[in-house]
Amino acid sequence: MSVIVYTESENGKFKKNAFEVASYASEVARQMGTTATAVSINCMENALLGTYGISKVLNVQNEKMKPFNAKAAAEVVSKALEAEGASVVVISSSSDAKYMAPLLSARLKAGYVPNIVAAPESTTPFKIKRTAFSNKGFAHTEIKTDIKILGVSNNAFGTVETPTDASIEDFSISLDAEFKTKSTDIDKVVGKATIADADIVVSAGRGLKGPENWGMIEDLADVLGAATACSKPVSDLGWRPHGEHVGQTGKPVASNLYIAIGISGAIQHLAGVSSSKTKVVINNDPEAPFFKAADYGIVGDAFEVVPELIEKLKEFKAQNS
Amino acid sequence: MKILVCISNVPDTTSKINFTDGDTKFDTNGVQFVINPNDEFGLTRAMWFKEKQGATVHVATVGDASVEPTMRKALAIGADEAIRVNAVPTDGFFVAQQLAEIVKNGGYDLVIGGRESIDYNGGMVPGILASLLDMNFVNTCVKLEIDGDNVTAVREIDGGKETLSTSLPLVVGGQKGLVEESDLKIPNMRGIMMARQKKLSVVEPVEGIKATEDVKFDKPAPKGEIKLVETVDELVSLLHNEAKVI
Ligand SMILES: Cc1cc2nc3c(=O)[nH]c(=O)nc-3n(C[C@H](O)[C@H](O)[C@H](O)COP(=O)(O)OP(=O)(O)OC[C@H]3O[C@@H](n4cnc5c(N)ncnc54)[C@H](O)[C@@H]3O)c2cc1C
Repeated sequence: MSVIVYTESENGKFKKNAFEVASYASEVARQMGTTATAVSINCMENALLGTYGISKVLNVQNEKMKPFNAKAAAEVVSKALEAEGASVVVISSSSDAKYMAPLLSARLKAGYVPNIVAAPESTTPFKIKRTAFSNKGFAHTEIKTDIKILGVSNNAFGTVETPTDASIEDFSISLDAEFKTKSTDIDKVVGKATIADADIVVSAGRGLKGPENWGMIEDLADVLGAATACSKPVSDLGWRPHGEHVGQTGKPVASNLYIAIGISGAIQHLAGVSSSKTKVVINNDPEAPFFKAADYGIVGDAFEVVPELIEKLKEFKAQNS
Repeated sequence: MKILVCISNVPDTTSKINFTDGDTKFDTNGVQFVINPNDEFGLTRAMWFKEKQGATVHVATVGDASVEPTMRKALAIGADEAIRVNAVPTDGFFVAQQLAEIVKNGGYDLVIGGRESIDYNGGMVPGILASLLDMNFVNTCVKLEIDGDNVTAVREIDGGKETLSTSLPLVVGGQKGLVEESDLKIPNMRGIMMARQKKLSVVEPVEGIKATEDVKFDKPAPKGEIKLVETVDELVSLLHNEAKVI
Protein backbone atom coordinates (compact mmCIF):
# COMPACT_ATOMS: atom_id res chain seq x y z
CA MET A 1 0.00 0.00 0.00
CA SER A 2 2.79 2.43 -0.77
CA VAL A 3 2.33 6.07 -1.74
CA ILE A 4 3.14 7.06 -5.32
CA VAL A 5 4.55 10.48 -6.10
CA TYR A 6 4.81 11.91 -9.59
CA THR A 7 8.06 13.88 -9.75
CA GLU A 8 8.43 16.28 -12.66
CA SER A 9 11.63 16.97 -14.53
CA GLU A 10 12.80 19.01 -17.45
CA ASN A 11 15.82 18.34 -19.65
CA GLY A 12 16.83 15.45 -17.41
CA LYS A 13 16.78 17.50 -14.21
CA PHE A 14 14.14 17.58 -11.49
CA LYS A 15 11.98 20.66 -11.21
CA LYS A 16 12.01 22.37 -7.84
CA ASN A 17 8.54 21.10 -7.04
CA ALA A 18 9.71 17.47 -7.38
CA PHE A 19 11.52 17.63 -4.04
CA GLU A 20 8.56 19.27 -2.35
CA VAL A 21 6.08 16.63 -3.52
CA ALA A 22 8.61 13.90 -2.63
CA SER A 23 8.86 15.35 0.90
CA TYR A 24 5.09 15.49 1.11
CA ALA A 25 4.67 11.91 -0.11
CA SER A 26 7.20 10.71 2.48
CA GLU A 27 5.17 12.39 5.21
CA VAL A 28 1.93 10.79 3.96
CA ALA A 29 3.70 7.41 3.82
CA ARG A 30 4.98 7.90 7.36
CA GLN A 31 1.46 8.64 8.59
CA MET A 32 0.16 5.53 6.83
CA GLY A 33 3.01 3.32 8.02
CA THR A 34 4.24 2.61 4.52
CA THR A 35 6.85 3.81 2.02
CA ALA A 36 6.89 6.29 -0.84
CA THR A 37 7.72 5.37 -4.44
CA ALA A 38 8.44 8.01 -7.06
CA VAL A 39 7.54 7.85 -10.71
CA SER A 40 10.26 9.71 -12.56
CA ILE A 41 10.04 10.31 -16.29
CA ASN A 42 13.08 10.98 -18.45
CA CYS A 43 15.15 12.23 -15.54
CA MET A 44 18.87 11.60 -15.08
CA GLU A 45 19.26 12.38 -11.38
CA ASN A 46 16.91 9.91 -9.70
CA ALA A 47 19.17 9.16 -6.74
CA LEU A 48 18.54 12.69 -5.42
CA LEU A 49 15.04 11.66 -4.37
CA GLY A 50 16.46 9.53 -1.55
CA THR A 51 17.30 12.75 0.26
CA TYR A 52 13.59 13.46 0.62
CA GLY A 53 12.59 10.07 1.98
CA ILE A 54 11.76 8.24 -1.25
CA SER A 55 12.65 4.57 -0.94
CA LYS A 56 12.04 3.47 -4.51
CA VAL A 57 12.20 5.27 -7.82
CA LEU A 58 10.46 3.89 -10.89
CA ASN A 59 12.66 5.18 -13.67
CA VAL A 60 10.76 5.67 -16.92
CA GLN A 61 12.77 6.53 -20.02
CA ASN A 62 10.48 6.97 -22.97
CA GLU A 63 10.91 9.19 -26.01
CA LYS A 64 7.14 9.30 -26.51
CA MET A 65 6.89 11.29 -23.28
CA LYS A 66 8.99 14.19 -24.62
CA PRO A 67 7.49 16.73 -24.35
CA PHE A 68 4.91 16.21 -21.61
CA ASN A 69 1.68 14.57 -22.67
CA ALA A 70 -1.09 14.59 -20.07
CA LYS A 71 -2.78 11.40 -21.22
CA ALA A 72 0.48 9.48 -21.41
CA ALA A 73 1.53 10.72 -17.97
CA ALA A 74 -1.83 9.63 -16.51
CA GLU A 75 -1.34 6.22 -18.06
CA VAL A 76 2.19 5.81 -16.67
CA VAL A 77 1.17 6.91 -13.17
CA SER A 78 -1.83 4.60 -13.08
CA LYS A 79 0.29 1.64 -14.21
CA ALA A 80 2.85 2.45 -11.52
CA LEU A 81 0.07 2.59 -8.95
CA GLU A 82 -1.15 -0.82 -10.03
CA ALA A 83 2.37 -2.30 -10.00
CA GLU A 84 2.99 -1.01 -6.48
CA GLY A 85 -0.47 -1.72 -5.11
CA ALA A 86 -0.56 1.90 -3.98
CA SER A 87 -3.64 3.81 -2.85
CA VAL A 88 -2.39 7.41 -2.75
CA VAL A 89 -0.90 9.52 -5.54
CA VAL A 90 0.84 12.82 -4.75
CA ILE A 91 1.31 15.43 -7.47
CA SER A 92 2.33 19.09 -7.64
CA SER A 93 0.34 22.17 -8.66
CA SER A 94 2.22 22.79 -11.90
CA SER A 95 0.14 23.37 -15.00
CA ASP A 96 1.22 19.95 -16.29
CA ALA A 97 0.18 18.22 -13.07
CA LYS A 98 -3.16 20.01 -13.08
CA TYR A 99 -3.65 18.93 -16.70
CA MET A 100 -2.97 15.30 -15.87
CA ALA A 101 -4.81 15.08 -12.53
CA PRO A 102 -8.43 14.90 -13.74
CA LEU A 103 -7.50 12.33 -16.39
CA LEU A 104 -5.94 10.21 -13.69
CA SER A 105 -8.90 10.78 -11.42
CA ALA A 106 -11.38 9.51 -14.00
CA ARG A 107 -9.18 6.58 -14.92
CA LEU A 108 -8.73 5.41 -11.33
CA LYS A 109 -12.19 6.50 -10.11
CA ALA A 110 -10.21 8.40 -7.51
CA GLY A 111 -11.10 11.49 -5.52
CA TYR A 112 -8.74 14.33 -6.40
CA VAL A 113 -8.09 17.23 -4.06
CA PRO A 114 -5.99 20.12 -5.39
CA ASN A 115 -4.50 23.14 -3.58
CA ILE A 116 -3.51 21.20 -0.46
CA VAL A 117 -1.66 23.29 2.09
CA ALA A 118 -0.78 20.85 4.89
CA ALA A 119 -0.04 17.21 5.65
CA PRO A 120 -3.20 15.06 6.00
CA GLU A 121 -5.19 15.71 9.18
CA SER A 122 -5.97 12.01 9.32
CA THR A 123 -5.56 9.08 6.95
CA THR A 124 -8.56 7.06 8.24
CA PRO A 125 -10.80 8.72 7.20
CA PHE A 126 -8.57 10.55 4.75
CA LYS A 127 -8.90 14.26 5.58
CA ILE A 128 -6.95 17.06 4.07
CA LYS A 129 -6.81 20.87 4.26
CA ARG A 130 -6.89 22.89 1.06
CA THR A 131 -7.60 26.43 -0.03
CA ALA A 132 -11.01 27.37 -1.46
CA PHE A 133 -12.84 30.52 -2.55
CA SER A 134 -9.74 31.82 -4.29
CA ASN A 135 -7.71 31.72 -1.10
CA LYS A 136 -10.37 33.47 0.97
CA GLY A 137 -11.07 30.25 2.88
CA PHE A 138 -9.91 26.74 3.66
CA ALA A 139 -11.87 23.54 3.19
CA HIS A 140 -11.23 20.38 5.16
CA THR A 141 -12.03 17.70 2.63
CA GLU A 142 -12.62 14.02 3.13
CA ILE A 143 -11.69 11.75 0.24
CA LYS A 144 -14.09 8.84 0.08
CA THR A 145 -12.70 6.72 -2.72
CA ASP A 146 -10.21 3.86 -2.27
CA ILE A 147 -7.60 5.65 -4.36
CA LYS A 148 -6.76 9.24 -3.52
CA ILE A 149 -5.01 11.92 -5.56
CA LEU A 150 -3.41 14.75 -3.61
CA GLY A 151 -2.37 17.97 -5.37
CA VAL A 152 0.04 19.92 -3.17
CA SER A 153 0.15 23.73 -3.43
CA ASN A 154 3.51 25.21 -4.35
CA ASN A 155 5.65 26.16 -1.37
CA ALA A 156 2.99 25.07 1.12
CA PHE A 157 4.82 22.12 2.62
CA GLY A 158 8.39 22.88 1.65
CA THR A 159 11.20 20.37 1.32
CA VAL A 160 12.07 18.12 4.23
CA GLU A 161 15.25 16.07 4.18
CA THR A 162 14.87 12.52 5.50
CA PRO A 163 17.77 10.69 3.84
CA THR A 164 16.83 7.19 2.67
CA ASP A 165 18.55 4.70 0.40
CA ALA A 166 16.51 4.96 -2.76
CA SER A 167 16.51 1.90 -4.99
CA ILE A 168 16.12 2.74 -8.65
CA GLU A 169 14.21 0.35 -10.87
CA ASP A 170 13.64 0.69 -14.57
CA PHE A 171 9.93 0.83 -15.25
CA SER A 172 9.32 0.24 -18.88
CA ILE A 173 5.80 0.30 -20.11
CA SER A 174 4.32 0.29 -23.55
CA LEU A 175 1.90 3.12 -23.84
CA ASP A 176 -1.21 1.69 -25.41
CA ALA A 177 -3.27 4.82 -25.50
CA GLU A 178 -3.40 6.59 -28.81
CA PHE A 179 -2.27 10.15 -28.18
CA LYS A 180 -4.42 12.27 -30.41
CA THR A 181 -3.41 15.51 -28.75
CA LYS A 182 0.09 16.39 -29.88
CA SER A 183 2.42 19.20 -29.00
CA THR A 184 3.57 21.10 -32.07
CA ASP A 185 5.37 24.02 -30.50
CA ILE A 186 6.55 25.17 -27.10
CA ASP A 187 7.24 28.83 -26.57
CA LYS A 188 8.87 29.18 -23.22
CA VAL A 189 11.31 31.54 -21.63
CA VAL A 190 14.42 29.53 -20.81
CA GLY A 191 16.92 30.27 -18.11
CA LYS A 192 14.59 32.64 -16.26
CA ALA A 193 12.56 31.97 -13.15
CA THR A 194 8.87 31.39 -13.86
CA ILE A 195 6.00 32.65 -11.75
CA ALA A 196 5.12 29.07 -10.88
CA ASP A 197 8.36 28.14 -9.20
CA ALA A 198 10.20 31.35 -8.43
CA ASP A 199 11.06 32.05 -4.80
CA ILE A 200 10.66 35.75 -5.45
CA VAL A 201 8.17 37.47 -7.75
CA VAL A 202 8.36 41.15 -8.69
CA SER A 203 5.03 42.38 -9.95
CA ALA A 204 3.84 45.72 -11.25
CA GLY A 205 0.53 47.30 -12.10
CA ARG A 206 -1.05 50.16 -13.93
CA GLY A 207 0.80 52.56 -11.64
CA LEU A 208 3.81 52.04 -13.90
CA LYS A 209 2.05 54.13 -16.58
CA GLY A 210 3.32 52.24 -19.63
CA PRO A 211 5.32 49.28 -20.97
CA GLU A 212 8.36 51.50 -21.52
CA ASN A 213 8.81 51.66 -17.76
CA TRP A 214 9.21 47.92 -17.25
CA GLY A 215 12.98 48.10 -17.57
CA MET A 216 13.32 48.90 -13.88
CA ILE A 217 10.98 46.05 -12.96
CA GLU A 218 13.15 43.63 -14.93
CA ASP A 219 16.29 45.06 -13.37
CA LEU A 220 14.84 44.59 -9.91
CA ALA A 221 13.87 41.02 -10.80
CA ASP A 222 17.38 40.38 -12.11
CA VAL A 223 19.05 41.49 -8.90
CA LEU A 224 16.74 39.25 -6.89
CA GLY A 225 16.75 36.27 -9.27
CA ALA A 226 12.99 36.78 -9.41
CA ALA A 227 10.24 36.20 -11.94
CA THR A 228 8.27 39.17 -13.25
CA ALA A 229 4.48 39.44 -13.07
CA CYS A 230 1.74 42.01 -13.47
CA SER A 231 -1.86 42.91 -12.68
CA LYS A 232 -4.68 42.13 -15.09
CA PRO A 233 -5.18 45.54 -16.71
CA VAL A 234 -1.49 45.57 -17.55
CA SER A 235 -1.80 42.38 -19.59
CA ASP A 236 -5.18 43.50 -21.00
CA LEU A 237 -3.50 46.66 -22.24
CA GLY A 238 -0.82 44.54 -23.88
CA TRP A 239 2.00 46.06 -21.81
CA ARG A 240 3.00 42.58 -20.67
CA PRO A 241 2.23 39.03 -21.87
CA HIS A 242 -0.93 37.33 -20.59
CA GLY A 243 1.15 34.63 -18.92
CA GLU A 244 2.42 37.18 -16.40
CA HIS A 245 -1.01 38.21 -15.19
CA VAL A 246 -1.48 37.24 -11.57
CA GLY A 247 -4.77 36.79 -9.74
CA GLN A 248 -8.06 35.06 -9.75
CA THR A 249 -8.33 34.96 -13.53
CA GLY A 250 -4.58 34.76 -13.98
CA LYS A 251 -1.79 32.81 -12.35
CA PRO A 252 -1.55 31.99 -8.68
CA VAL A 253 1.67 32.94 -6.94
CA ALA A 254 2.95 31.10 -3.90
CA SER A 255 6.41 32.57 -3.60
CA ASN A 256 8.40 33.39 -0.48
CA LEU A 257 8.49 37.06 -1.42
CA TYR A 258 6.02 39.01 -3.57
CA ILE A 259 6.80 42.64 -4.33
CA ALA A 260 3.81 44.60 -5.66
CA ILE A 261 4.66 47.90 -7.31
CA GLY A 262 1.94 50.33 -8.39
CA ILE A 263 -0.76 47.69 -7.87
CA SER A 264 -3.86 48.76 -5.98
CA GLY A 265 -4.56 45.35 -4.44
CA ALA A 266 -8.07 44.70 -5.72
CA ILE A 267 -9.63 41.59 -4.25
CA GLN A 268 -9.25 39.70 -7.55
CA HIS A 269 -5.54 40.40 -7.59
CA LEU A 270 -5.09 39.46 -3.94
CA ALA A 271 -6.83 36.13 -4.58
CA GLY A 272 -3.82 35.09 -6.60
CA VAL A 273 -1.12 36.20 -4.22
CA SER A 274 -2.39 35.46 -0.75
CA SER A 275 -0.42 32.21 -0.53
CA SER A 276 2.82 34.13 -0.86
CA LYS A 277 4.66 34.24 2.43
CA THR A 278 6.00 37.80 2.60
CA LYS A 279 4.35 40.60 0.65
CA VAL A 280 5.85 44.01 0.06
CA VAL A 281 3.90 46.89 -1.44
CA ILE A 282 5.22 50.06 -3.02
CA ASN A 283 2.44 52.50 -3.82
CA ASN A 284 2.04 56.28 -3.74
CA ASP A 285 -1.50 56.06 -2.39
CA PRO A 286 -1.53 55.31 1.35
CA GLU A 287 -5.17 54.24 0.98
CA ALA A 288 -4.41 51.52 -1.58
CA PRO A 289 -6.06 48.30 -0.36
CA PHE A 290 -2.80 46.38 -0.83
CA PHE A 291 -1.45 48.05 2.32
CA LYS A 292 -3.99 46.02 4.31
CA ALA A 293 -2.82 42.74 2.82
CA ALA A 294 0.95 43.20 2.86
CA ASP A 295 3.67 42.66 5.46
CA TYR A 296 5.90 45.59 4.55
CA GLY A 297 5.13 48.77 2.68
CA ILE A 298 6.60 51.96 1.40
CA VAL A 299 4.29 54.84 0.58
CA GLY A 300 6.11 56.47 -2.30
CA ASP A 301 6.53 57.01 -5.99
CA ALA A 302 7.61 53.82 -7.75
CA PHE A 303 9.81 55.84 -10.08
CA GLU A 304 11.88 56.98 -7.12
CA VAL A 305 11.67 53.96 -4.84
CA VAL A 306 12.40 51.19 -7.34
CA PRO A 307 15.69 52.56 -8.76
CA GLU A 308 16.90 53.17 -5.23
CA LEU A 309 15.86 49.68 -4.17
CA ILE A 310 17.81 48.20 -7.09
CA GLU A 311 20.95 50.07 -6.02
CA LYS A 312 20.60 49.10 -2.36
CA LEU A 313 20.01 45.46 -3.24
CA LYS A 314 23.09 45.45 -5.45
CA GLU A 315 25.11 46.78 -2.51
CA PHE A 316 23.53 44.22 -0.21
CA LYS A 317 24.38 41.41 -2.65
CA ALA A 318 27.95 42.58 -2.98
CA GLN A 319 28.38 42.59 0.80
CA ASN A 320 26.70 39.25 1.35
CA SER A 321 28.06 37.17 -1.49
CA MET B 1 -20.84 22.15 -34.93
CA LYS B 2 -22.68 21.52 -31.70
CA ILE B 3 -21.13 23.16 -28.66
CA LEU B 4 -21.89 22.68 -24.98
CA VAL B 5 -20.60 25.27 -22.54
CA CYS B 6 -20.52 24.11 -18.92
CA ILE B 7 -21.40 26.93 -16.59
CA SER B 8 -20.64 27.09 -12.92
CA ASN B 9 -22.77 29.39 -10.81
CA VAL B 10 -20.35 31.08 -8.39
CA PRO B 11 -20.34 33.86 -5.81
CA ASP B 12 -19.36 37.17 -7.36
CA THR B 13 -15.67 37.82 -6.89
CA THR B 14 -16.11 40.58 -4.36
CA SER B 15 -18.40 38.52 -2.11
CA LYS B 16 -17.58 38.24 1.54
CA ILE B 17 -16.93 34.62 2.39
CA ASN B 18 -18.69 33.25 5.46
CA PHE B 19 -19.78 29.84 6.67
CA THR B 20 -22.83 28.61 8.58
CA ASP B 21 -24.08 25.46 10.31
CA GLY B 22 -20.99 25.14 12.47
CA ASP B 23 -18.73 26.11 9.57
CA THR B 24 -19.91 23.21 7.44
CA LYS B 25 -21.71 25.23 4.74
CA PHE B 26 -21.02 28.25 2.60
CA ASP B 27 -23.21 31.14 3.67
CA THR B 28 -25.12 32.37 0.62
CA ASN B 29 -26.73 35.20 2.56
CA GLY B 30 -26.42 38.45 0.63
CA VAL B 31 -24.19 36.84 -1.97
CA GLN B 32 -24.64 37.69 -5.63
CA PHE B 33 -24.10 34.73 -7.97
CA VAL B 34 -22.57 35.04 -11.43
CA ILE B 35 -21.28 32.98 -14.33
CA ASN B 36 -17.84 31.69 -13.33
CA PRO B 37 -15.34 34.08 -14.99
CA ASN B 38 -13.35 31.28 -16.68
CA ASP B 39 -16.60 29.89 -18.13
CA GLU B 40 -17.61 33.31 -19.40
CA PHE B 41 -14.50 33.43 -21.58
CA GLY B 42 -15.50 30.00 -22.93
CA LEU B 43 -19.09 31.06 -23.54
CA THR B 44 -17.92 34.11 -25.45
CA ARG B 45 -15.60 31.98 -27.60
CA ALA B 46 -18.55 29.66 -28.31
CA MET B 47 -20.60 32.68 -29.43
CA TRP B 48 -17.74 33.61 -31.74
CA PHE B 49 -17.89 30.16 -33.36
CA LYS B 50 -21.64 30.52 -33.68
CA GLU B 51 -21.36 33.88 -35.40
CA LYS B 52 -18.31 33.23 -37.58
CA GLN B 53 -18.41 29.52 -38.40
CA GLY B 54 -21.94 28.47 -37.60
CA ALA B 55 -22.66 26.49 -34.44
CA THR B 56 -25.42 25.65 -32.02
CA VAL B 57 -24.53 26.60 -28.46
CA HIS B 58 -26.10 24.98 -25.43
CA VAL B 59 -25.18 25.64 -21.82
CA ALA B 60 -25.43 23.17 -18.95
CA THR B 61 -25.26 23.60 -15.20
CA VAL B 62 -25.55 21.23 -12.28
CA GLY B 63 -27.53 22.96 -9.56
CA ASP B 64 -30.87 23.49 -7.87
CA ALA B 65 -33.46 26.00 -9.11
CA SER B 66 -31.48 28.90 -7.60
CA VAL B 67 -28.97 28.74 -10.50
CA GLU B 68 -31.57 29.62 -13.13
CA PRO B 69 -30.92 33.39 -13.19
CA THR B 70 -27.28 32.63 -14.10
CA MET B 71 -28.47 30.30 -16.87
CA ARG B 72 -30.86 32.94 -18.18
CA LYS B 73 -27.91 35.31 -18.32
CA ALA B 74 -26.01 32.80 -20.47
CA LEU B 75 -29.08 32.59 -22.74
CA ALA B 76 -29.25 36.39 -22.88
CA ILE B 77 -25.62 36.46 -23.99
CA GLY B 78 -26.71 34.30 -26.91
CA ALA B 79 -26.73 30.59 -26.05
CA ASP B 80 -29.57 28.77 -27.79
CA GLU B 81 -30.69 26.41 -25.08
CA ALA B 82 -29.95 25.60 -21.45
CA ILE B 83 -30.00 22.36 -19.51
CA ARG B 84 -29.99 22.15 -15.74
CA VAL B 85 -29.19 18.97 -13.88
CA ASN B 86 -31.31 19.13 -10.79
CA ALA B 87 -28.75 18.30 -8.13
CA VAL B 88 -26.54 20.14 -5.67
CA PRO B 89 -23.02 20.15 -7.14
CA THR B 90 -21.29 18.51 -4.20
CA ASP B 91 -17.97 17.56 -5.75
CA GLY B 92 -16.16 17.79 -9.06
CA PHE B 93 -16.30 14.10 -9.90
CA PHE B 94 -20.05 14.03 -9.39
CA VAL B 95 -20.56 17.15 -11.53
CA ALA B 96 -18.41 15.73 -14.34
CA GLN B 97 -20.46 12.52 -14.35
CA GLN B 98 -23.70 14.48 -14.68
CA LEU B 99 -22.33 16.61 -17.52
CA ALA B 100 -20.96 13.49 -19.24
CA GLU B 101 -24.51 12.16 -19.43
CA ILE B 102 -25.67 15.35 -21.14
CA VAL B 103 -22.80 15.27 -23.62
CA LYS B 104 -23.50 11.61 -24.42
CA ASN B 105 -27.18 12.27 -25.03
CA GLY B 106 -26.65 15.55 -26.87
CA GLY B 107 -23.96 14.51 -29.36
CA TYR B 108 -21.76 17.57 -28.85
CA ASP B 109 -18.58 18.06 -30.89
CA LEU B 110 -17.02 20.60 -28.58
CA VAL B 111 -17.45 21.03 -24.84
CA ILE B 112 -16.05 24.12 -23.17
CA GLY B 113 -15.69 24.49 -19.42
CA GLY B 114 -13.56 26.77 -17.29
CA ARG B 115 -10.05 25.99 -16.11
CA GLU B 116 -11.47 26.13 -12.60
CA SER B 117 -14.41 27.63 -10.79
CA ILE B 118 -13.64 30.46 -8.41
CA ASP B 119 -15.57 28.93 -5.49
CA TYR B 120 -14.06 25.52 -4.82
CA ASN B 121 -11.17 25.92 -7.31
CA GLY B 122 -11.25 22.22 -8.15
CA GLY B 123 -10.05 22.46 -11.73
CA MET B 124 -11.17 18.95 -12.53
CA VAL B 125 -14.59 18.93 -14.18
CA PRO B 126 -13.55 19.34 -17.86
CA GLY B 127 -10.73 16.79 -17.57
CA ILE B 128 -12.79 14.12 -15.82
CA LEU B 129 -15.61 14.69 -18.30
CA ALA B 130 -13.21 14.28 -21.25
CA SER B 131 -11.77 11.12 -19.79
CA LEU B 132 -15.16 9.56 -18.99
CA LEU B 133 -16.24 10.13 -22.59
CA ASP B 134 -12.87 9.40 -24.17
CA MET B 135 -12.82 12.81 -25.83
CA ASN B 136 -9.65 14.82 -26.44
CA PHE B 137 -8.81 17.37 -23.78
CA VAL B 138 -6.92 20.64 -23.65
CA ASN B 139 -6.60 22.41 -20.31
CA THR B 140 -5.74 26.06 -19.51
CA CYS B 141 -6.67 26.82 -23.10
CA VAL B 142 -5.93 30.37 -24.26
CA LYS B 143 -6.49 29.99 -28.00
CA LEU B 144 -8.79 27.74 -29.97
CA GLU B 145 -9.12 27.47 -33.76
CA ILE B 146 -11.30 24.86 -35.45
CA ASP B 147 -11.20 23.87 -39.11
CA GLY B 148 -13.51 20.95 -39.90
CA ASP B 149 -12.52 18.35 -37.33
CA ASN B 150 -9.01 19.70 -36.92
CA VAL B 151 -8.21 21.77 -33.90
CA THR B 152 -5.27 23.98 -33.07
CA ALA B 153 -5.21 24.97 -29.44
CA VAL B 154 -2.75 26.89 -27.33
CA ARG B 155 -2.49 26.17 -23.64
CA GLU B 156 -0.72 28.11 -20.96
CA ILE B 157 2.20 26.26 -19.38
CA ASP B 158 4.46 27.37 -16.55
CA GLY B 159 6.68 30.00 -18.10
CA GLY B 160 5.10 30.07 -21.54
CA LYS B 161 2.70 28.55 -24.02
CA GLU B 162 2.33 25.27 -25.85
CA THR B 163 0.58 24.80 -29.17
CA LEU B 164 -1.29 21.53 -29.57
CA SER B 165 -2.89 19.90 -32.55
CA THR B 166 -5.89 17.73 -31.86
CA SER B 167 -9.32 16.93 -33.23
CA LEU B 168 -13.01 17.00 -32.41
CA PRO B 169 -14.71 15.75 -30.32
CA LEU B 170 -12.87 17.85 -27.79
CA VAL B 171 -13.24 19.14 -24.25
CA VAL B 172 -11.56 22.41 -23.34
CA GLY B 173 -10.72 23.86 -19.93
CA GLY B 174 -10.74 27.52 -20.87
CA GLN B 175 -9.62 30.76 -19.34
CA LYS B 176 -8.84 34.37 -20.13
CA GLY B 177 -7.11 34.54 -23.50
CA LEU B 178 -9.75 32.43 -25.27
CA VAL B 179 -11.24 35.84 -25.97
CA GLU B 180 -10.13 39.28 -24.96
CA GLU B 181 -11.70 40.89 -21.95
CA SER B 182 -13.21 43.53 -24.21
CA ASP B 183 -15.08 40.84 -26.17
CA LEU B 184 -17.09 39.71 -23.15
CA LYS B 185 -20.74 40.44 -23.79
CA ILE B 186 -23.07 42.23 -21.46
CA PRO B 187 -26.62 41.07 -22.17
CA ASN B 188 -28.72 43.82 -23.77
CA MET B 189 -32.45 44.30 -23.36
CA ARG B 190 -33.26 42.37 -26.54
CA GLY B 191 -31.09 39.47 -25.39
CA ILE B 192 -32.76 39.44 -22.00
CA MET B 193 -36.24 39.44 -23.58
CA MET B 194 -35.28 36.67 -25.99
CA ALA B 195 -33.75 34.59 -23.20
CA ARG B 196 -37.18 34.34 -21.58
CA GLN B 197 -38.48 32.46 -24.60
CA LYS B 198 -35.57 30.06 -24.85
CA LYS B 199 -35.72 26.48 -23.69
CA LEU B 200 -34.38 25.73 -20.23
CA SER B 201 -34.83 22.04 -19.57
CA VAL B 202 -34.39 20.34 -16.24
CA VAL B 203 -33.12 16.79 -16.04
CA GLU B 204 -32.76 14.57 -13.00
CA PRO B 205 -29.26 13.46 -11.97
CA VAL B 206 -27.88 10.01 -12.65
CA GLU B 207 -26.34 7.87 -9.98
CA GLY B 208 -22.71 8.84 -9.55
CA ILE B 209 -19.63 8.51 -7.38
CA LYS B 210 -19.26 11.15 -4.71
CA ALA B 211 -15.52 11.14 -4.47
CA THR B 212 -14.92 13.89 -1.94
CA GLU B 213 -16.83 15.85 0.67
CA ASP B 214 -15.97 19.17 2.27
CA VAL B 215 -16.64 18.49 5.91
CA LYS B 216 -15.61 21.81 7.40
CA PHE B 217 -14.48 25.27 6.37
CA ASP B 218 -12.50 28.01 8.00
CA LYS B 219 -10.90 31.31 7.12
CA PRO B 220 -7.29 32.41 7.20
CA ALA B 221 -6.21 34.03 10.47
CA PRO B 222 -6.53 37.83 10.31
CA LYS B 223 -3.40 39.48 9.04
CA GLY B 224 -1.11 41.32 11.40
CA GLU B 225 -0.47 45.01 10.90
CA ILE B 226 1.69 46.02 7.98
CA LYS B 227 5.08 47.51 8.79
CA LEU B 228 5.39 50.78 6.94
CA VAL B 229 8.97 51.84 6.38
CA GLU B 230 10.37 55.21 5.46
CA THR B 231 13.56 54.20 3.73
CA VAL B 232 14.70 51.60 1.27
CA ASP B 233 17.60 50.69 3.59
CA GLU B 234 15.15 49.77 6.30
CA LEU B 235 13.18 47.61 3.87
CA VAL B 236 16.26 45.69 2.74
CA SER B 237 17.28 45.14 6.33
CA LEU B 238 13.82 43.85 7.33
CA LEU B 239 13.66 41.52 4.33
CA HIS B 240 17.04 40.10 5.28
CA ASN B 241 16.93 39.99 9.07
CA GLU B 242 13.26 39.66 9.93
CA ALA B 243 11.47 38.01 7.00
CA LYS B 244 14.64 36.16 5.95
CA VAL B 245 13.60 36.15 2.31
CA ILE B 246 16.73 37.69 0.80
C1 LIG C 1 -14.16 38.99 -12.60
C2 LIG C 1 -12.90 39.78 -12.42
C3 LIG C 1 -11.69 39.12 -12.36
C4 LIG C 1 -10.50 39.85 -12.18
N1 LIG C 1 -9.32 39.16 -12.12
C5 LIG C 1 -8.17 39.84 -11.86
C6 LIG C 1 -6.93 39.16 -11.73
O1 LIG C 1 -6.84 37.93 -11.87
N2 LIG C 1 -5.82 39.90 -11.47
C7 LIG C 1 -5.84 41.25 -11.34
O2 LIG C 1 -4.78 41.85 -11.13
N3 LIG C 1 -6.99 41.92 -11.48
C8 LIG C 1 -8.15 41.25 -11.75
N4 LIG C 1 -9.31 41.96 -11.90
C9 LIG C 1 -9.22 43.43 -11.95
C10 LIG C 1 -9.10 44.07 -10.58
O3 LIG C 1 -10.41 44.28 -10.08
C11 LIG C 1 -8.38 45.43 -10.68
O4 LIG C 1 -8.99 46.22 -11.65
C12 LIG C 1 -6.90 45.33 -11.01
O5 LIG C 1 -6.24 44.39 -10.20
C13 LIG C 1 -6.25 46.69 -10.86
O6 LIG C 1 -4.94 46.65 -11.37
P1 LIG C 1 -3.84 47.72 -10.92
O7 LIG C 1 -3.75 47.68 -9.45
O8 LIG C 1 -2.61 47.47 -11.71
O9 LIG C 1 -4.42 49.10 -11.46
P2 LIG C 1 -5.13 50.31 -10.72
O10 LIG C 1 -6.35 49.88 -10.02
O11 LIG C 1 -5.22 51.37 -11.74
O12 LIG C 1 -4.10 50.74 -9.62
C14 LIG C 1 -2.86 51.29 -9.87
C15 LIG C 1 -2.18 51.58 -8.53
O13 LIG C 1 -0.94 52.15 -8.79
C16 LIG C 1 -0.72 53.22 -7.89
N5 LIG C 1 0.20 54.15 -8.52
C17 LIG C 1 -0.04 55.02 -9.53
N6 LIG C 1 1.07 55.71 -9.84
C18 LIG C 1 2.04 55.29 -9.01
C19 LIG C 1 3.41 55.60 -8.82
N7 LIG C 1 4.01 56.53 -9.57
N8 LIG C 1 4.09 54.99 -7.85
C20 LIG C 1 3.51 54.05 -7.06
N9 LIG C 1 2.23 53.69 -7.20
C21 LIG C 1 1.50 54.30 -8.16
C22 LIG C 1 -2.10 53.78 -7.63
O14 LIG C 1 -2.13 54.45 -6.39
C23 LIG C 1 -2.97 52.54 -7.65
O15 LIG C 1 -3.06 51.98 -6.35
C24 LIG C 1 -10.51 41.26 -12.08
C25 LIG C 1 -11.75 41.91 -12.13
C26 LIG C 1 -12.93 41.20 -12.29
C27 LIG C 1 -14.22 41.95 -12.32
